[in-house]
Amino acid sequence: MKVTIQRETPTEFEVKGVENITLLSLLNTIKTTQDSSLTFASGCRSSVCGSCSMRVNEKEVLACSYKVQEGDFIEPLKNMPVIRDLVVNMDSAYEKNKKAKAWLSSIIQNSSLTQEDEKINELQSDCILCASCYSTCPVFSVNEDFLGPFTLTRVWKYVSDKRETDEKNMIDVIQTDGIWSCTLCNECTLVCPQDISSKADIEKLRSKSAMAGYSDPNFNSFGGFGFDGSPVF
Amino acid sequence: MQTDVLIIGSGGAGLTSALHAHKNGATVKIITKEYPTRAQTSMAQGGINAVLDTTNDSIESHIKNTLHSAHGIADEKAINFLCSEAPEAVKWLDSLGVCFSRTKNSTIAQRTLGGASAPRACYAQDYTGLKILHTLYDKVVQTDIEILNERYLLEILTHNNSVNGAKVLNIRTGEIESYSAKSIIIATGGYSRIYDKHTTNSTASTGDGIALAFEAGARVSDMEFIQFHPTALKNSSILISESARGAGGYILNSKGERFTDELLPRDEVARAIHKEIAKGEDIFLDIRHLGEKFIDEELPQERKLAKLYENIDPVHQLIPIKPVAHYTMGGIEVDHNSQTKVKGLFAVGECANHKVHGANRLGGNSLLELIVFGKQTGQNSAKYAKNITHQIAIKSSQKRVKLNTTPTIDFYKIREELGEIFYKNVSILREKKILQLTLQKIENFIKDIPNMGITDNSQIYNTNRIEFLEFKNMLLLSRLVLIGAIAREESRGAHFRVDAPEEKESFIKQIIIDKEGVIK
Repeated sequence: MKVTIQRETPTEFEVKGVENITLLSLLNTIKTTQDSSLTFASGCRSSVCGSCSMRVNEKEVLACSYKVQEGDFIEPLKNMPVIRDLVVNMDSAYEKNKKAKAWLSSIIQNSSLTQEDEKINELQSDCILCASCYSTCPVFSVNEDFLGPFTLTRVWKYVSDKRETDEKNMIDVIQTDGIWSCTLCNECTLVCPQDISSKADIEKLRSKSAMAGYSDPNFNSFGGFGFDGSPVF
Repeated sequence: MQTDVLIIGSGGAGLTSALHAHKNGATVKIITKEYPTRAQTSMAQGGINAVLDTTNDSIESHIKNTLHSAHGIADEKAINFLCSEAPEAVKWLDSLGVCFSRTKNSTIAQRTLGGASAPRACYAQDYTGLKILHTLYDKVVQTDIEILNERYLLEILTHNNSVNGAKVLNIRTGEIESYSAKSIIIATGGYSRIYDKHTTNSTASTGDGIALAFEAGARVSDMEFIQFHPTALKNSSILISESARGAGGYILNSKGERFTDELLPRDEVARAIHKEIAKGEDIFLDIRHLGEKFIDEELPQERKLAKLYENIDPVHQLIPIKPVAHYTMGGIEVDHNSQTKVKGLFAVGECANHKVHGANRLGGNSLLELIVFGKQTGQNSAKYAKNITHQIAIKSSQKRVKLNTTPTIDFYKIREELGEIFYKNVSILREKKILQLTLQKIENFIKDIPNMGITDNSQIYNTNRIEFLEFKNMLLLSRLVLIGAIAREESRGAHFRVDAPEEKESFIKQIIIDKEGVIK
């Protein structure tokens, strides 16, 4: 099996006699038998820790759940600084959760949630913060302050939680560099290993915002995005 | 600047203690070798035990089940505390926003795990640990607690047997950083990775904090008790949650026969499976009769994992399984305040031994332990720090880690060999002579360490170096496991000696080890 890995320059590796294995397994074999300097992150091997997200043939995957194919081109995630080989620095991406105040602000003891209440944000709470969505999002190329898909999904998770009583405050925070900066291109949905659609969550946050009296700033000014999602100036 | 409470590790235990130390007025800093949400806690699926409704269950039953599973060597006082605090712990998590599954009556749903007399495990589908971990993380982000990602613990610094800081390697830059602290909490997880590929655990579960606390003067205990989970996927050692059996799954041999009560404690089920495998049987988990709707509703992750790693769909096919290392009961010896023998050094979570699991942990009690003792550790460390008014400043140390860069022995090969040897010799069935030979082998590996080293010389994000440092910690811990396993000349819970197959009264005690050896 031959694959090419984007390091400082694209580098080809060959591992003989393997098939039907995960990309992570292949990377481990290369590291322990061919090149100890090959650098990547991994953890649980079972798609819940979000460590081994990377890009294969220009699409984000978890290396532990992707079956590697002959000729694959492997590279680090985009929109975050590369530290080395397949490892990126996620600090500033995760910082956005703080900026967006993505947590339950009200503490209520003994709340009573129904099964339906629980289902409202069950899917969103499956997020593993692998940042695949962050990597694929095209908005960052024009606005690096954009809160981004996983943060907005997290905001929706808490806004939609019946235990949250201060919805207004959360909605206020995401008006700037938030929900209206999204082009609704849906790339985030396509790469999410947990089948979460941040795009859909952003749309829900938009209608919540509209109900709170906010409107899309892009329709009120010259700047903004066209209907095809491309920026117009 | 000096921190009141420095926490090493950012899984459920680390984050819970951080929140409570912070709440008690301490300045808190967290150091993690990964990022918080990547912790082993994310992998806990089954649930967190708590008696929420006393109509059909009681705290006494929870205590009784835990004691029974522990096989007589747990600390009853600690178990009483764990089980009595459990309802509060779950309510606290619920108030933070954990998305627990609910019943038709809008209460938190509970299910039965092995060894429990009632449905007692609160869960969030089969993502219980993941959802708890992420919620705790969000709450920590809300505070001004500083999280330093991708830092690897090198040394716990002490003066006159009191902690005063920690030396860590910044993985990204390769530089050594020192952090001054009044108290330190070790929350770095267990050591199941000794078994290399024969464990359900994350590659990060290398027991670093235990090894370094031991080096700093702390004691360890119960190191020989390692829980084997009966149902890991055969080829990949990926965990299939106990909830699959709790829901009515069967364990079958090649003939399609059930041969054990699936809901017995893990040690007993693992031994029953081990015996069948020794007879040449292949073992399977069968959940087909639960139906597609139920599986998708309650066990979605299991279906996904089985498809991905074994290429089978459990709705229609049998799941090939084997028992593998899953949880390490032993760890850093702590008192009722979660403090170690080193003043100001606390430990919590899988790395610590609060003696609530004894010889065999009950499913659903590990997440519980993180929350209950996390709270206690956070409070106590804050209190301890408050009373420290003067402390010897830490000395500035060297800038770089110096390791052999022209190794003649490949440590990756030894790491794999260590896993194979441990899975074969120090697993479900053990024998004195073989344990002694294995110890000899480990001592030889340790002697060979100077001939091992790294072949990647980069300072920047050098995972070859981190893996080597982790491996050295695992070798140290393997030795301690073997010392415990040899000293315990009886069978109890997860420790089964074929040369001494009965429980002995003379061993109703912990085997405690410090740098001088086994404490008499």
